[in-house]
Amino acid sequence: MAADVDAATRAYTVRLELVDEPGELLRALEPISANGGNLLSIYHERGNLTPRGNIPVEVDLECRPDRFDVVVEALRDAGVTVIQAGEDAYTEQVTVLLVGHLVDTDLSDTLSRVESCSAASVTDLSLDAPEGTDDVSSARVHLAVESDGVVDALATVRSVAEEKDLQVVEPLVEGST
Amino acid sequence: MKLAVVGAGAVGRSVLALAGGHGHEVVAVADSKSAVVDEDGLDASAVLDRKSARGRVGEADPESALEAEYDALVEATPTTLDDAEPGFSHVARALERDRDVVLANKGPVAERYADLTALEGESEGRVRFEATVAGAIPVLGTIEDYGRSQVTAARGILNGTANFVLSRMAAEGLSYEHVLAEAQDLGVAEADPTFDVDGTDAALKCVILANVLSDGDATYALADADVEGIRSIPPSALDLAGEDGRTVRLVGEATADGARVGPRLVPEEGPLAVTGTRNVVQLETESAGSLELGGRGAGGDETASAVLADVRRLER
Repeated sequence: MAADVDAATRAYTVRLELVDEPGELLRALEPISANGGNLLSIYHERGNLTPRGNIPVEVDLECRPDRFDVVVEALRDAGVTVIQAGEDAYTEQVTVLLVGHLVDTDLSDTLSRVESCSAASVTDLSLDAPEGTDDVSSARVHLAVESDGVVDALATVRSVAEEKDLQVVEPLVEGST
Repeated sequence: MKLAVVGAGAVGRSVLALAGGHGHEVVAVADSKSAVVDEDGLDASAVLDRKSARGRVGEADPESALEAEYDALVEATPTTLDDAEPGFSHVARALERDRDVVLANKGPVAERYADLTALEGESEGRVRFEATVAGAIPVLGTIEDYGRSQVTAARGILNGTANFVLSRMAAEGLSYEHVLAEAQDLGVAEADPTFDVDGTDAALKCVILANVLSDGDATYALADADVEGIRSIPPSALDLAGEDGRTVRLVGEATADGARVGPRLVPEEGPLAVTGTRNVVQLETESAGSLELGGRGAGGDETASAVLADVRRLER
């Protein structure tokens, strides 16, 4: 099941172990972007060393499913230690737009209810309120959803939005009709 | 084939003008006030001249076109909702006489599909309705060719007016009201654009697709569809989508389980992000992936071409 039927990119998590030397992080990220991966976030646990004395780094990225193996291969070719590569921390990236009186209807409550009622977490939020926060505004929300939970997560977004009189612009998802 | 054309709007007039070039004879034409019948074949340009000069196709009673000796009735009166009259009765009368019917009017297939198939079952006549979905684009013909059970879903851009408005808003950063006024000046949107911008027109097409895809297991009408329009989409929503490589389009979806229309996020480079008044339909097939069919979804000659494609299928 693909979130965007036309151009499915998925979110993956890669756990790396880096040697504590200058430039190591940059060297580890380069093969990702060079092979069609788009970096979403980097969690760099500098104060926390692995038993081998290395620094654990967790990288969230999105790419097309057929590119993911290429990205992981490229990391290993570059001499980066890959501890875990996505399979079990496997999510889909879903984007929705919300339109309406977002601020007056407590946007943070809207998002936390979406997170609490479905297997989704908000990974990014952009708000555009051209007339100020009192008028109609738009928000773009990126959700990371467990791969079998997309239809469910969108249903939750719809029901919270309906209650608050917000309009949802959903992506196309197979099986949603 | 000998055709009787009921309805002399843009589509009916184009059928009359184009039928000869496809090897057919039009033996009767009716508008809401009058009819003209000639069982040896009408002179299309004379009828069209009379319609434009005097606002009526002839002097006979409109009923006489329905009684003419034709092979196929082309029902091209305006789409009406609920009981789908008078279009539905025109179809019923043709089927009772064991004549074939080609619909350009969406009402009978969208609102009374069960009644229609019941009547068709009792008749020697057959009903075809390619022109009711996406104008010139052969969506229903393709579904028939593949087999209804081989197509699991259809989705697409099925209303040119709504697509024109959204694609101009996204490209120029203009408000809905501004672009709508521009579309009305260009003749792309009607003075009352409700049917288009509220999603009703696209929903009727999706309901027809859902009726076809369910293949008798269930029938749907407009009231069963989940429909949302585009009036409330602000430019800020299109900006946010654009920053993400996406855009918003009024997308209709149909499966055997129902129909849904609403503004949806689609990839900017994807097949559904067509611009202007163009239509596109994506069919999901069981074993051949997705098919994309695009073209002009409205217009007299375009819709008449779909009507004449149906007439051709009836001849086989």
